Amino acid sequence: MNARLITRAKEWTQEQPWELYATQIFVLMRNEIRRNLFARRRLWVYLLAAIPVVILLVQRAFARNTAEPFYIESATRVLARIVHLYYVRLGIFFACMGIFTWLFRGEVVERTLHYQFLVPVRREVLVIGKFLAGTLISIFLFESAVLACFYLTYDRFGAAGWSYIFDGPGLHQLGAYLLVTALTCIGYGSVFLALSLLFKNPIVPGLVLMGWETIAPILPAWAQRLSVTSYLRHLCPVELPVEGPLAIFTVVAEPVAPVLAILGLLCLSVAVLVLSCFLIDRIEITYTAE
Amino acid sequence: MTSPNRQIVFDSVSKFYGEVLGVNRVSFALDPGITSLVGPNGSGKTTLLNLLTGLIKPTRGSIHVLGLTTGQPVELFRQVGYCTQFDSFPPGSTGYDFIFWPLRLHGFGREQAARLTDEALERAGMTQVARRKVAGYSKGMRQRIRLAQAIAHHPSVLVLDEPLNGLDPIARAEAIALFGALAVQGMHVIISSHILEEVDRISDRVVLMSSGYVVAEGQIREVRQEVRDHPMQILVRCSNAARLASAAFELNHVVEAKIVNDGRGVLIRTRDAEQFYLRLNKIVCSGLIEVEAVAPADDDVDSIYQYLIGCNGGPI
Repeated sequence: MNARLITRAKEWTQEQPWELYATQIFVLMRNEIRRNLFARRRLWVYLLAAIPVVILLVQRAFARNTAEPFYIESATRVLARIVHLYYVRLGIFFACMGIFTWLFRGEVVERTLHYQFLVPVRREVLVIGKFLAGTLISIFLFESAVLACFYLTYDRFGAAGWSYIFDGPGLHQLGAYLLVTALTCIGYGSVFLALSLLFKNPIVPGLVLMGWETIAPILPAWAQRLSVTSYLRHLCPVELPVEGPLAIFTVVAEPVAPVLAILGLLCLSVAVLVLSCFLIDRIEITYTAE
Repeated sequence: MTSPNRQIVFDSVSKFYGEVLGVNRVSFALDPGITSLVGPNGSGKTTLLNLLTGLIKPTRGSIHVLGLTTGQPVELFRQVGYCTQFDSFPPGSTGYDFIFWPLRLHGFGREQAARLTDEALERAGMTQVARRKVAGYSKGMRQRIRLAQAIAHHPSVLVLDEPLNGLDPIARAEAIALFGALAVQGMHVIISSHILEEVDRISDRVVLMSSGYVVAEGQIREVRQEVRDHPMQILVRCSNAARLASAAFELNHVVEAKIVNDGRGVLIRTRDAEQFYLRLNKIVCSGLIEVEAVAPADDDVDSIYQYLIGCNGGPI
């Protein structure tokens, strides 16, 4: 039985026109990036990414002198909060809601989805192409913003700041922030893509998802596995103390190895994408009913 | 008989939008050539075309296009081109991009896609404006660029939803000539249109629709023959109209013979056209009259539709 299954799987793999799929994904990504990244209606997403950068720029403009090295630890915690409490919890969440729900619903609103369905492209390939485009857009925007925040945070310390980056834990932290940012985009992206295929108006389920992500830390371990942020907290390079009114947003859970956290989030995203591939097959072009 | 792999087959297809009927129990098989889909607004023409191309799924029944189902998009859409009536385009796209990038999705290489794009633009008469943004096109230009996209990959089945809308008379004549040329090459050309007299001239067969049902289907003359309740009208232009009218009245199947205004012809209404033509041959052979022309006066889609559906000259 297993041997037959393996043979069948091999045959299936050989039958697939992978080169064609690759070309199609490339073209779909190109079209989507042009449509989504360089559009005026995406200004608010740029703003979401830029708010902490602007605040850090303003702070730098007022504090012209080089900061005391003594404050590097405190600046590091501020940066960790910016990444985990602002970008992961709010900025990337709402940006992904905007970008990924628009991938298909936007085409329905603009009445152009039928063009995607009238070409010899499998709908699964369409989902993957659009998802990758959305991921690329969001990662580009938010990793640029995180990089800018990182630079502005440590550059004001002068030589001490650069030493912290290259001789201390700075580079490792930057790598972790960039990884967390990318994984957040992938995780939320896959979820919002699926929500946009499930609901005509994905904003309400999006807000429910936000509630779920907020209460995830107090849920049992198995339920936490269905939360994007529960995987990400294990990748945080800086321990954030649970205190004050922000405590509700701060996650405390059993430690998990970073590799497992990354794999867990990627598996969750792939599972949600597979669900999207099933959902796209149900979509019909009835613009008047939208 | 044409092989099912060369036909478009609808087998007991129904489509309901919730409780609203789209089309019901539609069955037919179409051979290559031009097929006109005729019916008033809301009769189910677009639903039928969207079902054929998989944009919507049937509630019941099955559809095969050249032996393929809509579950095989890669194979199906190499064979099918669909010019929809949705007047919308990807934002910011130029006429050239609108054709070129879908061709790349077909798997054509850059050079081949560029060559096919140029060819399609040429056929649709859009070469000069191809680099302009579609948003700046007139309605007729938008219609033509959609047509160019539908034919660019050389499909075997061309589906056109109201393709003559917005075209000026010259462009309309060119489009009709193009459809005819494509059909001659052995393509299926399926046209939904309400400009009956123009579509009528080039159609090999007609599918008449009303309220989601196919009320008649086949070659226009065959369909006309089925409408037995409505006597067929034949206009005979001849030298001695009164004599012909008198001879016609002797025939049981002739229900009316009316001399036309200029006195040089008779409009005959008969329940058996074949018998009338035989009798007319005999009259001509006897030398009583000289016939200039004989033509069916209501052997067109418009008349047939009005007989079947009872549409009193309203917009179809």
